[in-house]
Amino acid sequence: MDSIISLIRAAVSFGTVIMFGSIGEIITEKSGNLNLGVPGIMYLGGIASLSGVYVYENATENPSSLVCVVIALLCAFIASALGGLIYAFLTITLRANQNVTGLTLTIFGSGVANFFGGSLNTLAGKFEQIAVPVTSAAFRAVFAPLANLGIVGQLVFSYGFMVYLAVIVAIATHFFLNHTRKGLNLRAVGESPATADAAGINVTKNKYLAICIGAGISGFGGTYYVMDYIKGTWANDGSIETLGWLAVALVIFTTWKSKNAIGGAYLFGILYWMYNYVPGLTRSSMEIFKMLPYVVTLVVLIIVSLKNSKEKQPPASLGQAYFREDR
Amino acid sequence: MNDIAISLQGVTKVFGETVANKDVTMDVKRGEILALLGENGSGKTTLMNMLSGIYYPDGGTISVDGVPVDIRSPKDAFELGIGMVHQHFKLVDVFTAAENMILGVETKERFDRKKVYADMNEICEKYGFDINPEQKVYDMSVSQKQTLEIVKVLYRGANILILDEPTAVLTPQETEKLFNVIRNMKENGKSVIIITHKLHEVLAISDRVAILRKGEYIDTIDTSTATEAILTEMMVGKKVELNIDRPEVKEKFKRLEIKHLNCVDADGVRVLKDINFDVYSGEILGIAGISGNGQKELLEAIAGLQLVSPDSSVVYFEPSEQEESQLVGRTPKQIRDLGVHLSFVPEDRLGMGLVGSMGMSENMMLKNYGEAKGVFTDLKRPKALADQIKEDLEVVTPSLNTPVRKLSGGNVQKVLVGREIASNPTVLMTAYAVRGLDINTSYTIYHLLNEQKKNGVAVIYVGEDLDVLVELCDRIVVLCGGRVNGILDGRNTTKEEIGLLMTNLKEEEN
Amino acid sequence: MKNRNNLSEPFVRIAKRDDMSFGKRVLVRLVAILLSLAVSAVIIFAITKYNPVTVYVTMFQGALGTRTRVWSTLKEMFLLTCIAVGLAPAFKMRFWNIGAEGQVLVGGIVSAGCMIYLTGLPSVALFTIMIISSVLIGAIWGLIPALFKAKWNTNETLFTLMMNYVAIQFTSFVVSKWENPYGSNTVGIINQNTRIGWLPALFKQQYLLDLLMVIGLVIFMYIYLTKSKHGYEIAVVGESENTARYAGINVKKVFIRTMLISGGICGFAGFLAVSGVSHTISTSTAGGRGFTAIIVAWLAKFNTFTMILISLLLAFLDNGATEIASKCKLNDYASDMIIGVILFFILGSEFFINYKLIFREKTAKEGK
Repeated sequence: MDSIISLIRAAVSFGTVIMFGSIGEIITEKSGNLNLGVPGIMYLGGIASLSGVYVYENATENPSSLVCVVIALLCAFIASALGGLIYAFLTITLRANQNVTGLTLTIFGSGVANFFGGSLNTLAGKFEQIAVPVTSAAFRAVFAPLANLGIVGQLVFSYGFMVYLAVIVAIATHFFLNHTRKGLNLRAVGESPATADAAGINVTKNKYLAICIGAGISGFGGTYYVMDYIKGTWANDGSIETLGWLAVALVIFTTWKSKNAIGGAYLFGILYWMYNYVPGLTRSSMEIFKMLPYVVTLVVLIIVSLKNSKEKQPPASLGQAYFREDR
Repeated sequence: MNDIAISLQGVTKVFGETVANKDVTMDVKRGEILALLGENGSGKTTLMNMLSGIYYPDGGTISVDGVPVDIRSPKDAFELGIGMVHQHFKLVDVFTAAENMILGVETKERFDRKKVYADMNEICEKYGFDINPEQKVYDMSVSQKQTLEIVKVLYRGANILILDEPTAVLTPQETEKLFNVIRNMKENGKSVIIITHKLHEVLAISDRVAILRKGEYIDTIDTSTATEAILTEMMVGKKVELNIDRPEVKEKFKRLEIKHLNCVDADGVRVLKDINFDVYSGEILGIAGISGNGQKELLEAIAGLQLVSPDSSVVYFEPSEQEESQLVGRTPKQIRDLGVHLSFVPEDRLGMGLVGSMGMSENMMLKNYGEAKGVFTDLKRPKALADQIKEDLEVVTPSLNTPVRKLSGGNVQKVLVGREIASNPTVLMTAYAVRGLDINTSYTIYHLLNEQKKNGVAVIYVGEDLDVLVELCDRIVVLCGGRVNGILDGRNTTKEEIGLLMTNLKEEEN
Repeated sequence: MKNRNNLSEPFVRIAKRDDMSFGKRVLVRLVAILLSLAVSAVIIFAITKYNPVTVYVTMFQGALGTRTRVWSTLKEMFLLTCIAVGLAPAFKMRFWNIGAEGQVLVGGIVSAGCMIYLTGLPSVALFTIMIISSVLIGAIWGLIPALFKAKWNTNETLFTLMMNYVAIQFTSFVVSKWENPYGSNTVGIINQNTRIGWLPALFKQQYLLDLLMVIGLVIFMYIYLTKSKHGYEIAVVGESENTARYAGINVKKVFIRTMLISGGICGFAGFLAVSGVSHTISTSTAGGRGFTAIIVAWLAKFNTFTMILISLLLAFLDNGATEIASKCKLNDYASDMIIGVILFFILGSEFFINYKLIFREKTAKEGK
């Protein structure tokens, strides 16, 4: 029983990272742009929040938790949205290929993040491991009265606030896309930009906004990872990149529906951590187990293409540039 | 009060080297139905796209209600009360009718599906439409989609509606219904511009008719004073007696025998229903029908590009020997390997017949690149052929390596037809061979087809211009709803007779 | 209604451009690279306060300063080129093979496996088996998405992307199987003393043989794509599947055959990376080159010789930036950052080659 609880808890934490990543990417893809820069964006989000609060915590005697959280989220959102802006400018205004630009953004983002992650201390003239204890504590704080409610408390109420934020963002995104006019317009842009254009929707503006806001949300995945998941430090081990690609996989798994991202992300978490809880695994067979999320995504991808249901397809114009006077 | 709704002054639009509209000056009155008449490629759609904000004019002014305006985007057009129904529908497939209707509408109002449904039903009632707001577009028929497009424009409060070739995809009954709707809109004080190249429609529906020719505005006349002859003359320039040659070939042999040809498309729709007819050498067999009634599938089925039902039969008779071969179930390559010289000029020239990014030379070997020895392609012969075609058909191209997509429509078609004829076909199939071409190039094509006919080739000509079909073809197969609805003798038929067969299925399905 | 009298035509419009001359194309790209270097210099200066000129001199020394460094740059170049050459036919067919990283890795795994288990074989036999098996496994890795694409039109971009991670986990699996010494979680240098399965040095240059093989591949692929019937078929399928069917080309067969070749060459790159360069296997054997090569192949517009140039540029930057980093005691991820900036500029510059901007004429008409 304990091990099941701890598996679920691990899965929820893990799932939260990729849930942010994939919700941002769903918003982006709904505008018709496939952004393979998600890992880079998550890197940017992670390092920006870390750098921001690092400076703040080191400059202040008694850093306030609230200010720390605000700085972390703000920095993450701005840096990630800027990453998205580079991608948007290149693919929309300059019509560069989306796949190639996205991959470049991943290289760039991981370069920036790992560079600063590895050099923050050197640059600041210190030598110990980088740490932002106040912020990390704020991100990891749980609401004790609820968290102590036995099993339910452990399973549902014992996480840092971003776990709940992710769920809220997923639901809000679902509401936005399906129950608001702006969301409808955005989806029209991704399905058929020519139709949207003829209907008077500003395709360029919608794409820019979707990409930048989507990137900002994806970036929170990096923030959560840095502040909560690895407790406010930095590791140049490429984990964020792996998680970023899993977020892209999750988008496929959800068939481009953000409310599915909640369950999907936790399922990915369970699949990912399962190896710890299956008895009798050797270290090598654990690695095989870690393949599961990707294999499951492949299976979903195949089933979706096999069923060919109109409702479960990627946005129809995904990956294609739009140029009105094309003829 | 001024009764001019829209006024164009010297409007010009240029695409690269081509002048699509040159110095167009014309007016649209309030509460009138104006037909915009012109041949294919005369710039009707481009002109209207400038009103609807899709294109931006390179010169000239557009005034609405007497005020010069600047229409940079469809949004600007909507604000000015201009709405356009495009020939290729601008609808989102996975959205419902109602969702499509409210796309892009700027309002602070909450997105309340029930309210939107009610709004939609209200419009439908007012103008007599029948449409379910909750239906997804991918489940709709063509005429339903068109209705939705019109509802969309009305919902946005358009006072000036532009309909681009709205009847091209409709049955006669549906057309009549549409015309009633248009008259209805006129009574409600709206101006309607209908783009068409069908004369009888112009006469049936419009108050005035404006004519474009090769991008230039010719004149606007009252429909009451117009006749088909006058309009044709204005549209084509000089009074044309079409006068297409129809040489007589004495010896004719059966070349293809098509029996029980059935075909079901990917969506499970029966697009060809029990097609039976023969094709003879030394004749041009015309195929008439409203577009989308099985013409494309029929030609592709013969060419081996379309999956057909297993009991279908297309038998080919070899000219020299008494051999016959079954073509059904074979791929284009297998058909070629049988020694059948089947040439095919498809409707989609750059998307099927040619490789747009390659030059003339490389396109010449599209079908026979495999004949070169070894693993490499041999560019020598294709180059020579390209040179010859360029010479013979007067193809205008900077070089044989210029990507063919950069050539004008007429030159692209010359390259394609030239290649298909160069392979010494025994059967030559053409789909809309003169679509979008100017009169001169069209005549070049007719001439080439007649030459082939005289050489004993069996020519199949799918066309849309009934006048041409009547003058050019020896026999005419009329398709309607995927069936052969009649086979007529080109010498003893009239286009009225063909038109009737195109639109009225003789016997109902059992 | 608002008064629209004073509005004039848009300030700038975009139109497609016909063929730009070769010289101008080169010029546009050079300007892009120079601009990106300037921007990078600003970034470097902001971080290190070093004089940008010194920085670039350092970079130059780092990449080409000594014979070893030249070879290290060349090594990076031929690995990238090899993968890009593998991707070229797939991209020309408009098949988005994002899976090079995985295809390289599985090729590397098999090579490493041969080096570990087949030490008893004569070297000719060993190398033959290594090459064939790593090409084969790479081909299979490429074949799987191609089969699904051919049969059900499954999205290949996402499919190949996922296949990378399957390959990476598989690598982790074999690494833990083969780890040496025990507990280190790395495989270590395989056959360090015997050098069995190491590609031999040529004229005392360790990487010369690798380099020659890659150059051979570059020439082969150039001819294959531009002169052969297969290359013609790939071009037609890439342009339009309908045209291909019309021409009698078996589209599915071309998909499958081309992806076998594409994956196979990437598998061969895995062999080079293991047997020719690192003599070990880890999840970083491909080291992101599978992704970088996508950018190389795309920018080179399927011209394999251009791929050498672009790879060389990236290799130069990579090694140069690493040198800066070590001089300034910064970590060498700085190179990824600079490469990212430069690629952004090159990608952006393509726009100015394919499109032209039409600015509003200065003498705009007066509003009436």
